Amino acid sequence: MAHQVKVYSTTTCPWCKRTKQFLDDNKIYYQNIDVAADKAARDEMIAKTGQIGVPVIEVDSDISVGFDEKWLREKLSL
Amino acid sequence: MYELIIIGGGPAGMTAAVYAARKKLKALLISKDIGGQVNWTMGIENYMGYQFIEGAELIRKFEEQVKQFPLDIKLGESVPSLSQKDGIFEVRTDKGEAYQSKAVIIASGKRPRQLNVPGEERLKGRGVAYCASCDGPLFSDMKVAVIGGGNSALEAVDDMLKIAEHVYLVSLTPITGDSILIDKVKAASNLTMLLEHEVMEITGDKFVDGIKIKGLNDKAERTLQVSGVFVEIGLIPNSTLAEGVVARNQYSEIVVNCDNETNVPGLFAAGDVTTVPEKQIVVAAGEGAKAALRANHYLQRLR
Repeated sequence: MAHQVKVYSTTTCPWCKRTKQFLDDNKIYYQNIDVAADKAARDEMIAKTGQIGVPVIEVDSDISVGFDEKWLREKLSL
Repeated sequence: MYELIIIGGGPAGMTAAVYAARKKLKALLISKDIGGQVNWTMGIENYMGYQFIEGAELIRKFEEQVKQFPLDIKLGESVPSLSQKDGIFEVRTDKGEAYQSKAVIIASGKRPRQLNVPGEERLKGRGVAYCASCDGPLFSDMKVAVIGGGNSALEAVDDMLKIAEHVYLVSLTPITGDSILIDKVKAASNLTMLLEHEVMEITGDKFVDGIKIKGLNDKAERTLQVSGVFVEIGLIPNSTLAEGVVARNQYSEIVVNCDNETNVPGLFAAGDVTTVPEKQIVVAAGEGAKAALRANHYLQRLR
């Protein structure tokens, strides 16, 4: 079954780019949420994670703050 | 047992890895991450071969080049300590692993300096940030403080003036950054400069709600209500692993000669963690190449 993947990111953050590159390279479909443009989404992300920093990656119901290749590979069975 | 262990996966470490692999050394690269400080760099316009490349993209190209070779790589591990006995080095990682080798290249780079004030550690990622270009956009329409007086602080101020409702620039010293950057920001109506002020504390329960600062001249304490604090006070070398093993200067940089040798035979160092002047990607890459070639010479003599 396909995983539900969300990336909370900004357009300027280098680690967000790395995260998206990694997902693109592995042909993983994800929803990108620009939290700089969408303040409601920003507040939702802060409430969910208790922190203010991007990227936040959500795979199904698990969350990682920051790009963590090992974690992503594990969650996405890559 | 390895012939060579390279500690660090930034430009110096990765270039050293490529050179070591091409010399067919039995080598291991250990690093917390791939790319080091370059990951925090937006655009690069002075790395030869590219008129412009993003930091993340350059690192990806470095990584591709390193991974062409049959080299052992341990990622996600840092090296808190290093020792030497009977000419053999032992590198211990934070995951409890230990690796031995005949030669070592330390290329562990630098990290952002912290303020070391109450509240900073606790509120890290909860308003305290060390990369304005990364986390800055999250603070739109909020009040923020940028701490520091150098170019990186001024660049953070410039970024944040466009995003935040108000920016306080708090610096312990007068501004030391370039005048071209000062001119760019000083006229902004949403900027308050508080120079020669010391940060005493970062406050807040779950998230940052303010900072306490003190004037060096008038000794007056002030409280600024801010939601974000960007600490831009320079970098410090990741050289604790070398403490007591190898000579360092007063800035904790590992002392190397022009052959990348330290005062310990078989122990080499390269890039920003060393005394080599000019912390640049192209310089670090060149130093990594030199260190690997010198380590190869050293190993040849042992054979």
